[in-house]
Amino acid sequence: MDLKDNGMNFDDTPQEAAFRAEAKAWIGANAPKQYEEELRKSSLGRTVLKGANILEVAKAWQKRKADAGWACLHWPKEYGGRGSSPIERVIWQQEEGPFGKLSGMFIIGHGMCGPTMMAFAGEEEKRKYLPPLASGEKVWCQLFSEPAGGSDVAGLRTRAEKKGDDWIINGQKIWTSGAHYSDYGILLTRTDPNVAKHKGLTMFFLDMKSPGVEVRPIKQASGQSDFNEVYFTDVKIPDSQRLGAVNDGWNVSLTTLMNERMSIGAGVSTGFPELFDFCNSLMLDDGPAIEDRNVRSRLANYAVKASGLKYTSMRAISALSKGDRPGPENSIGKLVAGSMVQEVAMYALDLQGAAGVLSGPEDAEVAGKFQAMLLRAPGTRVEGGTDEIMRNIIAERVLGLPGDIRVDKDVPFNKIPTKGRA
Amino acid sequence: MNFDFSDEQKQMRDAARKFLAEKCPPKAVREVLDGKATYDKALWKGLAEMGFLGVAIPEEFGGAGAGHLELCVIAEEMGRALAPVPFSSTVYLAAEALLLAGSDAQKQKWLPKIASGDAIGTLALFEGKGNPSPQAIKLSAAGGTLNGVKKPVPDGAIADFAVVAARTGSTGRDADISLFLVDLKAGGVEVRSLTNIDPTHGQAELTFKNCKAEPLGAAGEGWGILTQVLDRAAVLMAFEQVGGSDRALEMGRDYALDRIAFGRPIGSFQAVKHILADMYVSATLARSNCYYGAWALSTNASELPEAAAAARISATQAFQHCSKNNIQVHGGMGFTWEFDCHMYYRRANATAVTLGSLSYWEDQLIDRMRKKNAA
Repeated sequence: MDLKDNGMNFDDTPQEAAFRAEAKAWIGANAPKQYEEELRKSSLGRTVLKGANILEVAKAWQKRKADAGWACLHWPKEYGGRGSSPIERVIWQQEEGPFGKLSGMFIIGHGMCGPTMMAFAGEEEKRKYLPPLASGEKVWCQLFSEPAGGSDVAGLRTRAEKKGDDWIINGQKIWTSGAHYSDYGILLTRTDPNVAKHKGLTMFFLDMKSPGVEVRPIKQASGQSDFNEVYFTDVKIPDSQRLGAVNDGWNVSLTTLMNERMSIGAGVSTGFPELFDFCNSLMLDDGPAIEDRNVRSRLANYAVKASGLKYTSMRAISALSKGDRPGPENSIGKLVAGSMVQEVAMYALDLQGAAGVLSGPEDAEVAGKFQAMLLRAPGTRVEGGTDEIMRNIIAERVLGLPGDIRVDKDVPFNKIPTKGRA
Repeated sequence: MNFDFSDEQKQMRDAARKFLAEKCPPKAVREVLDGKATYDKALWKGLAEMGFLGVAIPEEFGGAGAGHLELCVIAEEMGRALAPVPFSSTVYLAAEALLLAGSDAQKQKWLPKIASGDAIGTLALFEGKGNPSPQAIKLSAAGGTLNGVKKPVPDGAIADFAVVAARTGSTGRDADISLFLVDLKAGGVEVRSLTNIDPTHGQAELTFKNCKAEPLGAAGEGWGILTQVLDRAAVLMAFEQVGGSDRALEMGRDYALDRIAFGRPIGSFQAVKHILADMYVSATLARSNCYYGAWALSTNASELPEAAAAARISATQAFQHCSKNNIQVHGGMGFTWEFDCHMYYRRANATAVTLGSLSYWEDQLIDRMRKKNAA
């Protein structure tokens, strides 16, 4: 077999082709096909299944995968994974197709909590907690953001105080995805307020059913509730559940956030395929929308952004398969897709004229998909790092520009001002 | 899957970059910009000696017989260096047209000369305002002679031969168009240089008066060939545009690191950082679209028409975006003749229209996506 690398090809190697065939065959025989059509269509925002509880369907699919060795492919086998290469993981995602949307509720656990546990928990804890996380029997959440620390997460105030062999937690987290159905969480706390903000943080993991944990859903501007506030009142965490050294929590959290970027290849939603289909079928006063010059120009602009993202992700996968670690350059996906979804939604409404205001599934075009997208979009540009933070990451870590001047860098945390205008 | 260039291709890119850094510094580009030369003849010879002019020309016609992926990496470096030579008109347009439609004798006559740097070629398509379309071609061909006016013709004043699009019928269909090959040194053509926004690349008006011409490809197939030539040139030009975008981004970044205002490097202000981050984003999206175009070009895939249009649009946008914001980051100095920023701005806006405008390619992209969808 000629293995000469001529560059630019989409061909599988023989091993990759064998893996793909095996994955495809298993998925074909085991996936919950009755939901395939609904999952395929639900490309924007939240996935909803009629007549079924999506959490239960998702958990059942995850467990089935785990039992057959197809869960968390890139994790070591002893922790519930398959020990696969990054490219095998990508091939799996391609073959899993719409059923991969069922993994939404596990993304944070598998993508962030698991890798953090793997890097910092004791061996006994890893063997106890990771396999049920991989199999979806236990769901995890990530408790970092606070009302006083979003982009500036190191400004968080939730206190952890040592009492005997335990830590006592008091404070409040916010924007916690899935806290209401999570069994465990990783929690970043302040353990020393007398030193600079990054130097007094400590990471733990905890049982979300612990006494003193209260989860309250947040009603978002979109009217939905995907996130929660989580309150901690004298919650006790044993010291054995500390991740990393006391006051080294900032470094631990960097591992967590670094792993967030590993989840490339899954693809980001841009809204373009939906808009293209919509314009293909929409009739304007003077003919089909797709034949209107302005429409075509707008569509072409969105098309090249969407394809640019797709092929940027393929370049990243190629780099990954050669052993490169995904770097900060992958911030581009979220930055571009986030504002694009918003623009696409606004444009789709505009194309409908006055009727664009209607959002009821029976009255609105495409069952109100674009109206829902419009109302959800502002959140996309904020969650997981705002557009501005993404631009800072690109400017500082990809282009090498200097960091911002941080006036609170060397100030003890408890001396940092907490109010702007008095 | 390997969605990247091979190690050998990357080595060729490095070799081209090193060669151009030495032989084509901004000072050399300025010789042509300032009108002291029509193009950089020494550089043109050097490119031939490096084997770059014939990299995608088969060995039997005097080329290196490497391929189009190799040509893509060289194109990127040519764009990065703003090389003031007739590379795009000779290699992307004339040579590609010959490779697609030339007879063996025509290829034998011109391709070895292109590879050796002894012939400059171009494509005479446009006749004043407007985008590529069969209806816009009025220049007539009858009895082996051409009559009519072409403008703008890239590098038309220095070209030795031209591929000329001519009208051979009046049915209103694509089959009215045929291509011809014209030896511009054999008489029958008046050449007038035209002032243009990017003096590092000449533009000309060619007036054909009973000019002798030989057919290139079959009669009535001109439009089909032209469409393919333009698609292939779009991908290659997109690599030049990406090379230029990257260089403009680097210039802006470097200046932001060095320039102090208000007591700190201007690159530490978010207002400046975010401009540069957005330049990086547009250059990256363009590069990725170009890689897909390169794959389609090198495999002659059925996706080429769509991939070429996407690469063209994305790279045009990126080069315009990066070159204008490079000036913005430089502030007042960016608007001086002395700084090189304007050379990239000029090139970006010239390449944005020379193969047909952005809106033309947007239209093409949607047409091609619809065709694929319908299939």
